[in-house]
Amino acid sequence: MQEEQNYNFAYLDEQTKRMIRRALLKALAVPGYQVPFAGREMPMPYGWGTGGIQVTAAILEPEDTLKVIDQGADDTTNAVSIRKFFQKVAGVETTEKTEEASIIQTRHRIPERDLEEGQIMVYQVPIPEPLRFLEPRETETRKMHALEEYGLMHVKLYEDIARHGHIATTYAYPVKVADRYIMDPSPIPKFDNPKLDNSPALQLFGAGREKRIYALPPYTPVKSLDFEDHPFETQTWDEPCALCGATDSYLDEVIMDDKGTRMFVCSDTDYCTTRREAGHVGPDAQAVGEAAE
Amino acid sequence: MSAQTMQQPARNDVSTDTPLLTVDRLTKLYGNQLGCADVSFDLYPGEVMGIVGESGSGKTTLLNCLAGRLSPEEGSVVYTDRTGEEVDVHAVSEPRRRMLMRTDWAFVHQNPRDGLRMGVSAGGNVGERLMAAGARHYGKIRSAALDWMEKTEIDLTRIDDRPSTFSGGMQQRLQIARNLVTGPRLVFMDEPTGGLDVSVQARLLDLLRGLVAEMGLSAIIVTHDLAVARLLSHRLMVMRRGKVVERGLTDQVLDDPQHDYTQLLVSSVLQP
Ligand SMILES: Nc1ncnc2c1ncn2[C@@H]1O[C@H](COP(=O)(O)OP(=O)(O)OP(=O)(O)O)[C@@H](O)[C@H]1O
Ligand SMILES: [Mg+2]
Ligand SMILES: [Zn+2]
Repeated sequence: MQEEQNYNFAYLDEQTKRMIRRALLKALAVPGYQVPFAGREMPMPYGWGTGGIQVTAAILEPEDTLKVIDQGADDTTNAVSIRKFFQKVAGVETTEKTEEASIIQTRHRIPERDLEEGQIMVYQVPIPEPLRFLEPRETETRKMHALEEYGLMHVKLYEDIARHGHIATTYAYPVKVADRYIMDPSPIPKFDNPKLDNSPALQLFGAGREKRIYALPPYTPVKSLDFEDHPFETQTWDEPCALCGATDSYLDEVIMDDKGTRMFVCSDTDYCTTRREAGHVGPDAQAVGEAAE
Repeated sequence: MSAQTMQQPARNDVSTDTPLLTVDRLTKLYGNQLGCADVSFDLYPGEVMGIVGESGSGKTTLLNCLAGRLSPEEGSVVYTDRTGEEVDVHAVSEPRRRMLMRTDWAFVHQNPRDGLRMGVSAGGNVGERLMAAGARHYGKIRSAALDWMEKTEIDLTRIDDRPSTFSGGMQQRLQIARNLVTGPRLVFMDEPTGGLDVSVQARLLDLLRGLVAEMGLSAIIVTHDLAVARLLSHRLMVMRRGKVVERGLTDQVLDDPQHDYTQLLVSSVLQP
């Protein structure tokens, strides 16, 4: 089928896939270390997750089931177009259900449902270098990683506290991997950082524009950086999900009508739907139902 | 510089007779261009060595070779660390050398922009070396920063301001605070008062002099200003065209110069 459409399976040619797999193996051997790879042009612009797409294309097998999320949702433009792309060039099954997926490509979120052994997370990474913010020279940041000179990372957190009274970094919150490399976990909310730690899933990170790959093998310790007197904390909400009543999920604020009515709902749409199907009801579920009618 | 301030600085600590730094026949070339040639000397704990000479005489080149920032073509620099171990600065591994640079040593650049992070607050600048050395308590880092801002006479309310909003003199004092906060043993300074107004220079010199004495620092100070050399250094080396042409105790060299070139330097300072 692929031949008919003049695509190799999953779009990339086998040589490119092998090159990416070699980079992935190296990344897995040195968790958190950014491996350069000869990234390919993809039929979509940077910023659409070309790094993640290349990683997914290199590991995808015909029997895989793929889930793609963007901001926790499966139905945003970005997620839909990546899913369609792989349906077309690889003919694989796709799903919105976290538990059914063997590969989950993501931008911005880690599913709420616990991941399992055998599942693979593929993260789309815009800026892989966590030290870039304070040290623009690539030669210098490479040296800092090599020599474990990470004082600068705490300078960034120090600046946060000095300016805001607390660590105000909420996305792409830096972590230390296996007590060695400092890593940018991609722009997931810090709410998701604890899910990186000791995860049974394999986690792969691809940066398309900067041509870097890094990885966390299953059960890798991942620690969010902090100060003794300003320990790492995740976001919390005062109310449960308006639709499913969940108190343990990452909530997005949504505006309901032109009067500015707001409510908080799960950002992970699969999680929310699954809970509602199981009979969980949030405080505003009724009101939303009525508004929709 | 007023006459009263021109006393010989007191030597800090002469308890040990093992040199802190042993420099042996150091030569640095830039292609065919001579940077510095055949420089040898010992620096003892608590001692401040001045390096003077006209522009282009090789002072910065020598300082950078001493501090491991440039590799010489020939010769060696051996540093004796806190445990008494001798470290060949140019032969040792890069991690070890960089470790020395951020713990035992400090480097004050002529241009504070080269020695500060302009996009980071004053407090973050001073705290960086502490954090690099493993400090992980925000409150303690901040109070150490305040302490050093006070020592270097920087308005404490400016702790969260970026150095780009500071005057040249304040930037230079901040650079000094940032370097000294971890209690280094050896400080390299390249024209620390260069580019500053005369009145600002005098205040900075007083400050440096006080800190060097108080902390028992050893230092190597490059300057083309003989008054600065007189005020800060115990010993002096005079450089010309990459070579050391005269050396000795500061007062001796300046009051009774032997070499023609030094005589010229000294007399050109005396004549307004
Ligand atoms: N990067 C370089 N490449 C080539 N030549 C250099 C380089 N740096 C310095 N030199 C040359 O080496 C010699 C010594 O220069 P150096 O900068 O060490 O002098 P200096 O005594 O510090 O002068 P100044 O007082 O102007 O700072 C000069 O002739 C200079 O032109
Ligand atoms: Mg110079
Ligand atoms: Zn929900």
